[in-house]
Amino acid sequence: MTTSSTASSTTSASFEDEVVLPRRRYGQWLASALVVIISLLVLKTVATNEHFQWDVVGEYFTADTVLAGVARTLQLTVIAMVIGLALGIPLAVMRQSSNRLLSGFSFLFVWFFRGTPLLVQIVFWFNAAALFPRVVLKVPFGPTIYSADTNSLVTPLLAAILALGLNQGAYNAEIVRAGLLAVDHGQTEAASALGMTNGQLLRKVVLPQAMRVIVPPMGNETISMLKVTSLVSVISLSELLYSVQAIYQANYKVIPLLLVASIWYLILVSVLSVGQYYLERRFGRGYGALRQIIVQEEAS
Amino acid sequence: MTEPLVSIRGVHKSYGHNEVLKGVDLEVQKGEVMCILGPSGSGKSTLLRCVNHLERINAGRIAVGGELIGYRRYKHGLQEMREKEIVAQRRTIGMVFQRFNLFPHLTAKQNVAIGPTVVQKCPKREAFQRAEGLLKDVGLGDRMDHYPGHLSGGQQQRVAIARALAVKPTLMLFDEPTSALDPELVGEVLEVMRRLAATGMTMLVVTHEIAFAREVADRVVVMDGGVIVEQGPAKGLLSNPQHPRTQAFLEHVH
Repeated sequence: MTTSSTASSTTSASFEDEVVLPRRRYGQWLASALVVIISLLVLKTVATNEHFQWDVVGEYFTADTVLAGVARTLQLTVIAMVIGLALGIPLAVMRQSSNRLLSGFSFLFVWFFRGTPLLVQIVFWFNAAALFPRVVLKVPFGPTIYSADTNSLVTPLLAAILALGLNQGAYNAEIVRAGLLAVDHGQTEAASALGMTNGQLLRKVVLPQAMRVIVPPMGNETISMLKVTSLVSVISLSELLYSVQAIYQANYKVIPLLLVASIWYLILVSVLSVGQYYLERRFGRGYGALRQIIVQEEAS
Repeated sequence: MTEPLVSIRGVHKSYGHNEVLKGVDLEVQKGEVMCILGPSGSGKSTLLRCVNHLERINAGRIAVGGELIGYRRYKHGLQEMREKEIVAQRRTIGMVFQRFNLFPHLTAKQNVAIGPTVVQKCPKREAFQRAEGLLKDVGLGDRMDHYPGHLSGGQQQRVAIARALAVKPTLMLFDEPTSALDPELVGEVLEVMRRLAATGMTMLVVTHEIAFAREVADRVVVMDGGVIVEQGPAKGLLSNPQHPRTQAFLEHVH
């Protein structure tokens, strides 16, 4: 032992066949055991407690009303996110503008739609007729192009789409802005120096790089939106939650039907998460694989 | 003497109250390599960035190939051009940056091809062929499908030079192209620039590489405090500087 420092070079061969053991983590073993025990207990309760009424869950899981609700929830999520992106990108670009009016408008839009409760916005659009009895599209001081009764125009579906889409636009604007800010200014300069117009450099250089920053929170927002659509049940739009509510108001089997809805939400969210993984991989090109390549090159 | 390719007259540029260019006059002939030297903060990078209108000027005028850059005559002064016109002018001027500014989401080949495809609407096949040729010219024929993050600083800067050349510019601007490089990588970039100069490309180079300036530049300009303090043939000026501030600067650099 006393000669270990000087002997390392001469007797290294004798050390080479010694075993190197990792540390023993007793705390981790204990915690793992606890987690297993708790999980088993929870599983046992869920499986054996007849109040969960799994047979009823099975019965209604693929009922036509429920499936129609699933379809409506998916439809609302997709439309609201598309509107949210269509609004979010220009709002984020406007916010960066040197023109005070444009950046001010974008700021106020985000301030208003992010600052008031979504539930209020949904009910507001549903009752828009109280504020504007008729929707009229006309040339100023000229002929009327289109006119309609607001009550017949703004159906629950349109009210839901307007509320969810505009609200999401405000949140997406901030996410896209964060993505734009994350792209180094040198990128814009290099693209300008090549002779790209502002539109070209945004599409070809800035946005593709911003996407790397935008996709994770946008995936988060999409997953959030999927569940937030349940809020529109208050205006009697038959999305997933409203569909199961309609059933349990007739048969009083509240818990199993809420389980049906929850399992469907979990399934849809899982599918979205897989989609997010592939999107992140797509937009992470040129960034993440460095370690992998070094390992490959050192191996060859 | 023929008409100069680059003509800079009485150019002033301020950031707020801070005047960084205080009346610069400079001419670069076609095919000439000119190095701009000077201490940091002397305005040399700003001057370079005014030549392709990355910076707006407050007074004076800059012309490349006889055409005013970024402005048109308007009544008794100048008015900034529309984006389309500015963009068209930049296509004739290539620029290489200190920090490379390659597009990290594109491979080396895509970085070089993006100028021709997006800006010149060149067919993809042709653009990629051109990109491959240029990358081979700068010695990166075996790195064409690498992303910038997987290339060394010297390799990235060589890709950046190829990218700037891909739109077939008549003038190349270099903004301290070797200042961000590890010392052992400077040589490979200077070698590419040396070969480019030999092809007759007109080059305006802001640099601290005195040896490169002495060897490759036709003329050298020394800036300090927003003005040109001395200019002349490279070898004569660098070995026998006349202005005291040039002498002081060259002593510090050596």
